[in-house]
Amino acid sequence: MILHDLLGYDTLRIIWWLLLGIVLVGFALTDGFDLGAGILLPFTGRNDIERRVVINSVGPVWEGNQVWLVLGGGAIFAAWPQLYAVSFSGFYLALFVVLTALILRPVAFKFRSKRDDPGWRARWDWVLFYSGLVPSLIFGVAIGNVLQGVPFRFTPDMHILYEGSFIGLLNPFALLCGMVSVVMLVMHAAGWLVFKTDGAVAERARMFGMLAALLTVALYALAGVLLLTVVNGYRITSVVDVLGPSNPMLKTAEVRAGAWFANYAAHPWTLIAPAAGFAGAIGALLALMARRGGLALFCSGLGIAGIILSVGASMFPFIMPSSIDPRASLMVWDSSSSHMTLFIMLVTTGIFLPIVLAYTSWVYHVLWGKVDEDAIREERGHAY
Amino acid sequence: MDLDIVALSRLQFGATALYHFLFVPLTIGLSVLLAIMETVYVMTGRVIWRDITKFWGTLFGINFAMGVATGVVMEFQFGMNWSYYSHYVGDVFGAPLAIEALMAFFLEATFVGLFFFGWDKLSKVGHLVTTYAVAMGTNLSALWILIANGWMQNPVGAVFNAKTMRMEVSDFYEILTNTVAQAKFVHTVSAGYACASIFVLGVSAWYLLKNRHVELAKRSMTVAASFGLAASLSVVLLGDESGYQSSEHQKMKLAAIEAMWETHPAPAPFTVFGFPDQEARETHYAVHIPMVMGLIGTRSLNTVIPGIDELVKRAEARIAQGLKAYAALQQIREAGSTTSVTQGVRDAFELNGPDMGYALLLKRYVDDPRQATPEQIRQAAWDTVPQVAPLFWTFRLMVGIGMFLILLTLTFFVLSARRRLDRHAWLLKLAVFAIPLPWIAAEAGWMVAEFGRQPWIIEGVLPTAVAVSNLGATTLLITLLGFIALYTLLLVIELKLMFRAIRNGPHDEHPPMVGDVLRGFGRNPSRPFASGS
Repeated sequence: MILHDLLGYDTLRIIWWLLLGIVLVGFALTDGFDLGAGILLPFTGRNDIERRVVINSVGPVWEGNQVWLVLGGGAIFAAWPQLYAVSFSGFYLALFVVLTALILRPVAFKFRSKRDDPGWRARWDWVLFYSGLVPSLIFGVAIGNVLQGVPFRFTPDMHILYEGSFIGLLNPFALLCGMVSVVMLVMHAAGWLVFKTDGAVAERARMFGMLAALLTVALYALAGVLLLTVVNGYRITSVVDVLGPSNPMLKTAEVRAGAWFANYAAHPWTLIAPAAGFAGAIGALLALMARRGGLALFCSGLGIAGIILSVGASMFPFIMPSSIDPRASLMVWDSSSSHMTLFIMLVTTGIFLPIVLAYTSWVYHVLWGKVDEDAIREERGHAY
Repeated sequence: MDLDIVALSRLQFGATALYHFLFVPLTIGLSVLLAIMETVYVMTGRVIWRDITKFWGTLFGINFAMGVATGVVMEFQFGMNWSYYSHYVGDVFGAPLAIEALMAFFLEATFVGLFFFGWDKLSKVGHLVTTYAVAMGTNLSALWILIANGWMQNPVGAVFNAKTMRMEVSDFYEILTNTVAQAKFVHTVSAGYACASIFVLGVSAWYLLKNRHVELAKRSMTVAASFGLAASLSVVLLGDESGYQSSEHQKMKLAAIEAMWETHPAPAPFTVFGFPDQEARETHYAVHIPMVMGLIGTRSLNTVIPGIDELVKRAEARIAQGLKAYAALQQIREAGSTTSVTQGVRDAFELNGPDMGYALLLKRYVDDPRQATPEQIRQAAWDTVPQVAPLFWTFRLMVGIGMFLILLTLTFFVLSARRRLDRHAWLLKLAVFAIPLPWIAAEAGWMVAEFGRQPWIIEGVLPTAVAVSNLGATTLLITLLGFIALYTLLLVIELKLMFRAIRNGPHDEHPPMVGDVLRGFGRNPSRPFASGS
């Protein structure tokens, strides 16, 4: 097979770096609102019917949304195997905690309304809260650690040695990033609930959403300031072969203060990403004030996309720096899959992602409209 | 401590995989049965078929949730517990997993919501299309995960790259058309169909015994018996063994399943019964049937099936070649590139490269395989023999159940054709008690396939012991116990809800079915009928 030579290895690596961003944004925009709805569940629904309104607003779609996370895992495995190996084994206990949430979540959705017992339902409601909060928080914490560099090195055989601890992951800057993640998804979920529900639920969601949008702006700005002043970035110090083999040990790199802002200085157009982050969150705040759910959802989506992409823009070409051996840092040019695998996966994605987007849109279209409280009260048309 | 980590990692993966596999076969099979039942509804317009679809759909939903919950863990675990594996083969193994998400998971997960929420929002045909999409998604996911698993058993279409220290794709088409993957797909999917059929058959039999929901039960049984007969014939006749000749370790697995310590002249006899003894390398009290093994294993009369002794000798030779490749690789890596070493080293690497995994078997005994003693090499060669007794027994358990399920479904097929489903109470009881059997067979099948692959994680390429993450034993123990506790709790709740849903029968469904209202079972007659009635 020589077809893969149609696209250069460097081009494919850039495309897959962008696709990684797109998949993460896709996950945050879709699964984000149902994770956020889980966090808001105990606070926006004060009685059983109201809670079921919240649950049923995401009920038919959350399963499809979560596939973005599964796709993210698969895409990282297939296109960035070293990133997959280092991050999943390094963040081991953190991911175990995420998994407890992801194991309980489908079950909570499915089981909660199968019995009338209020105690049973209340327990599962808290499970939905936990399983919304924990992944939102920990994925943010993980990004916070990646920005600071992660303590790993390679043996000569390329075995990964991770020298950090679970508690070490929970450092102040990482927790701040975790908070950014939580409040931005809560903001997004609030837009969704205002869009999909009416009455008391929508009104409460609106209040929490405005608060979350304000916090998103404040905490995101604070994280930026810390990144400029306290948290160091990384810089490549050798010549890089963008067509070279995927072996991180062939370059050298160093820790450098403020290095995460070098790309913005060199390519000012990349400032679009953080600008969209702020503009989206402010837009969501204004839209929620005006009770415009659809607009709020759009703006929060824009904000989330901007915030996630700004992490990528800051770090490029780094994907996962190593704090104890900067040479081992994973970057776009030296931790991807082979030329052929990247090409095959790109063709597959090019065919199937549009199909996925098409039928997903159709499903959302079928489910268009507000969740009907009366229908839930009368046990019609809602599965949960 | 090293061995502890490997053992704990294997235990964790085995436990989570076996647990996940409690839900997968039913999901695969029941989704297809739902599609068949709903097709009958759409074609005949008879409301009872809609009730039937909805009722089994409820049970499908409870099971599906558990499948999703345990499935995510599987994907994460490769990276978490098997990071060297992920690095070493991610270029090859990651692709089918990513494609599985793109092609299959999105399809099933996006439409499964609409299956439950869409009865009033879609036309009859629209909803039928939704059900078909779910069924297609679950079956496609089986295809892709088995392409990935098939590659672990028979790693075709990939080569080792010294610059990146990993396996990379050389021919993706070969990976897709891997004979082992194809055999596994047909076998596993058929097993899922059989499992769901027995489930539907058994639950319906229980209703007939209790004289409840008789119309629903009889119709369900008719579908389940015919579909189940076809499926159990397929699962036994198109068994996995068809792939067992395609690679060296697959042959070893076959020899271990048969406890064939020595090579027999073709066609080899089949050992029906016996007590395999790994230490003595013989099977006590063995009962043989002449020729049958040769026929099953090779589908021919004159192909010799190598025995364990011969395969171990071959493994020893491959270790010797693998050591040459390993030594050459070290020279290449020290020199920095293939161009800066002598032609002799390059040739040694090229020639022996495919056997390099065999040298890694020695890592259990020495850090540098080049320092291994002849005794260690002999030991490593014997390590390529999996535990014979568990394979011998799980295989026989699986096949025995398979045979029984053919008889059972055939019986009910005949009864249903002669409209005598409710005549023989003892047969109905038998069907109820048969419900767990396909699960036992499926778990046994997993043991044969995966336990039988040991000591390899990727056959001939990477030993399991080398593939683990560098984690502490305590960390592993915490997560192992955590998963087991969580899974056990959920399994108990799941079974309770399943039993409740079955006991309550089709009439406790939310929303109530049109058929119920028409028959006067509805709780609120003034409630407007759902559309499509």
